[in-house]
Amino acid sequence: MNNDLLYDYIIHLGDSSMILGQRLGELCGHGPELETDIALTNISLDLFGQVRNYFQYAAELLGGGKTEDHVAMLRYEHQYKNVMLVEQPNNDFAYVIARQHFYDQFHFMLMQALVNSKDERLAAVAKKSIMEVEYHLDLSTTWMKRLGDGTEESNRRLQDAIDHLYRFTQELTTPTQTEKQMANLGIGPDIEAMQEKYYNDLHAVMEEAKVSVPANVVFQFGGKEGRHTEQMGYILADFQFMQRAYPDMKW
Amino acid sequence: MEAVDQNIEEILYSVSDPEIPVLSIVDMGIIKKVESIDDHYLIHITPTYSGCPAMDTIEDDIVKAFDEQGLEAKVKHVLSPAWTTDMITEKGKQALEDYGIAAPRDASVDKAALSGEKNQIKCTNCGSINTKMVSRFGSTACKALFQCEECGEPFDYFKCLR
Repeated sequence: MNNDLLYDYIIHLGDSSMILGQRLGELCGHGPELETDIALTNISLDLFGQVRNYFQYAAELLGGGKTEDHVAMLRYEHQYKNVMLVEQPNNDFAYVIARQHFYDQFHFMLMQALVNSKDERLAAVAKKSIMEVEYHLDLSTTWMKRLGDGTEESNRRLQDAIDHLYRFTQELTTPTQTEKQMANLGIGPDIEAMQEKYYNDLHAVMEEAKVSVPANVVFQFGGKEGRHTEQMGYILADFQFMQRAYPDMKW
Repeated sequence: MEAVDQNIEEILYSVSDPEIPVLSIVDMGIIKKVESIDDHYLIHITPTYSGCPAMDTIEDDIVKAFDEQGLEAKVKHVLSPAWTTDMITEKGKQALEDYGIAAPRDASVDKAALSGEKNQIKCTNCGSINTKMVSRFGSTACKALFQCEECGEPFDYFKCLR
């Protein structure tokens, strides 16, 4: 296997968590209540910690003195391989929770499988991450039910968020060429095989939350191949500004 | 941690978690190995949580503590085996309790408490188990926030991780 392929896989793993972490970071000081604010930014911190583990590995594969900061911040939009779900903005708290839950359900399954990776380093990152991701999933599951089975208003808002975001879910379990090759090599899991369980688990939570599964959905794909929604450019403008203006700057 | 020279252990014992100053990093269970290499010591440490912002400070504190004894230390971060709260020593758990942070219990207690099924987390102030979880995430990623229904004391519970 060549390093380019492994690099591409690692940045895909890291990018989804990183962009979601950035979105959650925007809520710092703006959460609807103090405890939620702290919870969401702690999840962001967990995700960035996990991403550092991935990108330190990716930087070593690049060689030439590259660091995790180069990998994280100095790529162009089409070189980011995150799913489009995580780019979507924090329109309101229901969007934040629906987006988080759609991602957590998949992320937890992915980590459960990645601990068996033939790549020891990725397996170690997954073993470290899985305990944290389980917490994220617990939190977003609780909030899905609380909002959906709460008031008429909170139910309506959660349903709105789901109607908007559901179209981005199938990309999570639809493999790219890179993911297929990694699955063949035993480095990454077969994510297509996870699709049934993913939707079963997700729909079970939605049922309990008294929200409905949208009908006639046109699923959206492309983020994992570098084709993003318009949201991505705005995120990168924020995210990259310091490194672009002052390359290699450090705190 | 594997057995090391007593003076090295003492130096490591003197370094504490910057978020929980009463707790030595040795009792915290994050020192995995100490290697003696030529002119320096290589200390293997593992993070509690992936995004733990204290890791860089702990690394600096270790280097400084060795430097003060005229020794050189380098720090290597390792991920495997992943840290769990089982790695906190009994002495460490006592230090947490004395400091006002409820020490991690076993996983089933943790799940029951955090999901609100059953109250089993003792108040660090009055000892009552009539406590409730206020937030799944507390002042840091590794803690959840609880409040005692008897005495009203809000306190942190160190979440069970394994």
